Amino acid sequence: MINFQYSRASDVADAILLLTAHPGAKLIAGGTNLIDLMKENVEEPSRLIDISRLPLRNIEETLDGGLRIGALVPNSDLAYDPLIEQRYPLLASAILAGASAQLRNMASVGGNLMQRTRCAYFYDTATPCNKRTPGSGCSAIDGLNRNHAILGTSTSCIATNPSDMSVALAALGALVHIAGPSGERTMALIDFHRLPDDTPHVDTNLEVGEIITAIELPPRGFARNYSYLKIRDRLSYAFALVSVAAALELDGNAIREARVALGGVAHKPWRSLEAETALRGQAATTEHFSRTADLLLQGAKAQAHNGFKIELARRAIVRTLMQAANATPQSQAHKKIA
Amino acid sequence: MNAYVGTPTSRVDGRAKVTGAAKYAGEFAADGLLHGFVVVATIPRGRIARLDASEALKVKGVLDVLTHAHRPPLADKDEAWKDEVAPEEGSPFRPLYDDSIKFNGQPIALVVAEDWETAKFAATLVHVEYREEQAFATDLEAGRSKAIEVKQPLKPRGDAAKALAGAAVRHEADYVLPTEHHNPMELYASTVVWDGNGRLTVYDKTQGVQNVQKFLCSVFDKKVNDIRVLSPYVGGAFGSGLRPQYQVVLATLAALALKRSVRVVLTRQQMYGLGHRPATIERVGLGAKPEGTLNAVVHEATAVTSRYEDFARNDTGWAEQLYKSANSRYSHKLVRLDVSTPCDMRAPGAASGVCALECAMDELAVALKLDPIELRLKCYSDRDQSEDLPYTSKQLRECYARGAEAFGWSSRNPTPRAMRDGKELVGWGMATGVWEALQMPVAVRIVLTANGHAEVSCAASDIGTGTYTIVAQVAADTLGLPIENISVKLADSTLPQAPVEGGSWMAASSAHAVLGAAEDIRQDLARLARAMPSSPLAGVGAADVILVDGTIAKNGDKTRAISIADAMRHGKLERIEKQKLNHFAEDKSHARNTHSAVFAEVKVDEQLGVIRVTRIVSAVAAGRILNTKTGRSQIMGGVVWGIGMALHEETMIDHRFGRIMNANIAEYHIPVNADIRDIDVIFVEERDDHINRLGVKGLGEIGIVGVPAAIANAVYHATGKRIRRFPITLDKLLA
Repeated sequence: MINFQYSRASDVADAILLLTAHPGAKLIAGGTNLIDLMKENVEEPSRLIDISRLPLRNIEETLDGGLRIGALVPNSDLAYDPLIEQRYPLLASAILAGASAQLRNMASVGGNLMQRTRCAYFYDTATPCNKRTPGSGCSAIDGLNRNHAILGTSTSCIATNPSDMSVALAALGALVHIAGPSGERTMALIDFHRLPDDTPHVDTNLEVGEIITAIELPPRGFARNYSYLKIRDRLSYAFALVSVAAALELDGNAIREARVALGGVAHKPWRSLEAETALRGQAATTEHFSRTADLLLQGAKAQAHNGFKIELARRAIVRTLMQAANATPQSQAHKKIA
Repeated sequence: MNAYVGTPTSRVDGRAKVTGAAKYAGEFAADGLLHGFVVVATIPRGRIARLDASEALKVKGVLDVLTHAHRPPLADKDEAWKDEVAPEEGSPFRPLYDDSIKFNGQPIALVVAEDWETAKFAATLVHVEYREEQAFATDLEAGRSKAIEVKQPLKPRGDAAKALAGAAVRHEADYVLPTEHHNPMELYASTVVWDGNGRLTVYDKTQGVQNVQKFLCSVFDKKVNDIRVLSPYVGGAFGSGLRPQYQVVLATLAALALKRSVRVVLTRQQMYGLGHRPATIERVGLGAKPEGTLNAVVHEATAVTSRYEDFARNDTGWAEQLYKSANSRYSHKLVRLDVSTPCDMRAPGAASGVCALECAMDELAVALKLDPIELRLKCYSDRDQSEDLPYTSKQLRECYARGAEAFGWSSRNPTPRAMRDGKELVGWGMATGVWEALQMPVAVRIVLTANGHAEVSCAASDIGTGTYTIVAQVAADTLGLPIENISVKLADSTLPQAPVEGGSWMAASSAHAVLGAAEDIRQDLARLARAMPSSPLAGVGAADVILVDGTIAKNGDKTRAISIADAMRHGKLERIEKQKLNHFAEDKSHARNTHSAVFAEVKVDEQLGVIRVTRIVSAVAAGRILNTKTGRSQIMGGVVWGIGMALHEETMIDHRFGRIMNANIAEYHIPVNADIRDIDVIFVEERDDHINRLGVKGLGEIGIVGVPAAIANAVYHATGKRIRRFPITLDKLLA
């Protein structure tokens, strides 16, 4: 770990000023990912701007019946918030599928969106990695890539985004509120993270000097028919091989609205509007859900060791949608798969 | 001998451990303590072409950067670097000795600073250039054809190859086990306290303080009184602390260079540069007659070692203990690769070899259409076949019976995929476990004071296994004192001799040393008691005197008793001190082993391949159990590790770089709480009148042996898929 400067931001405007004034600076909130990366010399910020005391910890209802979640709300607080539990249980479930209780207590909502890939080569400064050192090459493409992406990859990078929370947020159609030097803006969460293309070192569409201030959930919560299923190499405390967030609105057995997002398979949460549109008006059957899986996984590309993810994702999509349709969401406490 | 021995006595050091009062090697303080941070190599083979520490040395607070070119003298003969558990063949690794790189993660510099953060920062400024002269290799399977055979203690019997070829029913397969790392919770650490004039007190994380003490004396050419090594508490080691690890050499080197106290703590990542359970390919061939008796056993292991030392353990010989066969052949081969030397890891050899053997037995049972237990009973050997000896005791049949009953084995449908629970396939599998019952020379000193308190001391370590507690139990029982009156001092090199704590030998070895010293005290007390005026023990021979309830009493008649305090006061003795080396009668007429039968239930999601181990029953026969609570914990720990070995653990190496890519406990998976469900430990009663006076065998290793195979066999039973490449991850089931 290198030595660094430390500043505490007094308000959001101050954080933006500090970020703009110090190009090598990074924001720190919970620090659950950034500190690890600093210990490995993967991140070497010249300055940490501490935003953990900014007043961004509220969860409040919006005028249209949605929720606005401050960027510094701890993951645990969010997962156990009564409004979230009642109206957006998919989000609560996805958060509880991630990390450990201790990490969730520290990690902030904004920080969760900013967490970086767990690709082993990204973490190991002795190996080439385009995400860490642009232009150095991708070690994963011909290396140990069992955990890597099957969708949206490029010849520069096949890393995945490790977040569970983001997958649920993507399915729920969340918005990201951003403040920056030129004012405030919002962005759909699904547009927040980028595909690697030839700039894998840029994870998100945040501009220089910008800070996440809140996440906004639209009114539609899918509280009855939802499920988050995470498949991993042990029954808890591991990153997803494949995860699926499914949310349905049913009219009898007919699907009125459908959302499906995948985790562990791409550089960002993965959705297919085509797949979701195709489900509308259809019956909630294995056959239709298989079609959804096909559409979602269109263009999936296997590397040497991760081909299993394609079939695994296919089966997991069908299963999760069926859990959602049956209103038997996957429990994150009981490890038997519903 | 039964107030404490054989009971579930709680750990005497439990309170100190959970309250933080117990101090570990990296927690000892010293005036002016300096901190070292290790710089490690990032290539697997080559030389250091240039090492530039000038930037690091400019950092305020940095005192020195030690390298092979800049350090105090180190011994230059291999003999000086051979600790008591070093492999016989080879040249032990010498940290900062010269410019050669032998493995990725090898220490190449130590930055010493006033505080740890400064040392860690300065370490990033040490610039290293390498010269890679020769091709490197880290892949066992790619190197299999270059394996060299090592000496095997077991001689072939009959003609196994011929018998196998001609067998009516035959099973032959490779079982592949990956490299695994110990990952003890406590990081490797040493605090070396500079006592002046070149004398050092070393707090080290180790399984053997006297081993480290002798090693440091020979490496640094010190006299025996110059270095004292202590390791009062160890936060897990599992074999990784049997040999002195490099951080103790580096900390000592820095202390001698700077004449200051120095602490070196490794990072979790750096601990993957220490020893490991070697990756192995276990080839097992079994040939049977149609009714299910074995006629041929062939077991050939091919394991990784380093280029500089030949590390080999007994992977293959375990069928000699378990299954009758007229023909057998065992061989062990090594592939020398550019990795650090492997080392012992819980049940070294057996954990891997018996895994393969017991999977193979399961496959043979399927081929023979026999119940797996029935096959094992048909082949059951009452004798160690290689030595043709009976066992001191062997209640393995009882393990099968008790384990099967507790598990409910009789209701198993033998057909794979026949048992279900909703969307899950249910599998029941079993396997046998076996380990050695070893005992080693250990000496103990007991000081009994007139106030009825005894201090028991020994250089042995307690690596978390419960040695403090069993020593206290045996002392309390043999001295007739409440356990609260016993204090135990361990893991100080100045205390009476003990070997490294490993191999499951310390319980039996230390218990009998305590027994011997307590006997001597009893004799002295009997003499004192008889010498008192109108002694109720007058005329009672020493053999009929026991110590009980703080008194010296006639065996069988507690009314004829004198308090220990009175007898000592009358004899004008403040203290009685006895030191005794244990003594085990030589017995070449018996084989000594512990045994177990392990039963596993798995539930596998049929669509997704997710595996849950829902039940394990482990029935263990290991002689007299000194402490049923710590003993049960030992077995449970072994079972948990066995679950990890079956389903999770794997050190992933990118052979293009010769680097471990999951050198952390986020990505190196071990079981978490959610992976562990019901574990039922059964201690099968096993009276053993031959092995030693107390009939004790030891429990450290037996808990893991057989567990991975029982789970693999259960996965087969659930799914009909035989996965022979560990760990069994869901992608292998989906393939």
